[in-house]
Amino acid sequence: MDISVSQIIFGILAVMIVAFSVMTVTTRRVLRSATYLLFVLLATAGIYLMLDYHFLAAVQVTVYAGGILVLFIFSIFLTSHAGDKLEKIPVKKTLAGITAAVLGIGVCLYVVLKNGIKITEAVSGGEIDMKHIGITLMGTEKYQYLLPFEAISILLLACIIGGIMIARKR
Amino acid sequence: MDIPMELYLVVSTIMFFAGVYGFISRRNTLTILISLELILNAVDINFVVFNRFLYPEQMEGFFFTLFAIAVSAAETAVAIAIIINIYRNIQNIDIKNLNKMKN
Repeated sequence: MDISVSQIIFGILAVMIVAFSVMTVTTRRVLRSATYLLFVLLATAGIYLMLDYHFLAAVQVTVYAGGILVLFIFSIFLTSHAGDKLEKIPVKKTLAGITAAVLGIGVCLYVVLKNGIKITEAVSGGEIDMKHIGITLMGTEKYQYLLPFEAISILLLACIIGGIMIARKR
Repeated sequence: MDIPMELYLVVSTIMFFAGVYGFISRRNTLTILISLELILNAVDINFVVFNRFLYPEQMEGFFFTLFAIAVSAAETAVAIAIIINIYRNIQNIDIKNLNKMKN
């Protein structure tokens, strides 16, 4: 059996995502948790690249890895001392979390693997043209997205105002 | 593109429920927020995979992933503003201390 390059890359990305997302929620240092989250987000950008969504991978890296992670790391530095460990999670809570997660994974994987649409060959549309993305984002026709775009911009404005109002000194 | 669709879904499912585990078991508000990011990111992967494999000629999943990333960025910014405000008031960001916010 021969293994293609894309299968190897997918394997690496999948192992990275699974391992680092489990480590994100199990490590007891907050800063490490944020760092593992960074690796998860970068591997996700890799998956977007594999699926030929290059623009989305760029957005993922700039907004998530560049913006949100920096926010997280700044707030971790502001709210905890270096070397601080989180307190131990009580056994009851761990058990509740593990039960919920295992049950959920069981149900979801059963549904996906049993009823999953057996598509192994994606009808590759190739990379989406940037011009097409721009026109679709700015158009008002059917299957064009000006209204959600404007809703998001209002939301961002509300967030800017809300963030300033919440965080300012009184 | 010789990877079955189910494998992508398995990866995103594991990521989602790692986030659920963290969301339930963590005490620190920042780590809860990090778990929330994992959940949102898993959903984004699902959107993109469904779009690419099932409806490759349309762009719904692509754009809704784009909007979901924007929404999660906004949500994180406001949540971190709230967390820092809480820290300024009670010097602690554990959720069990948050009932002091009442008065």
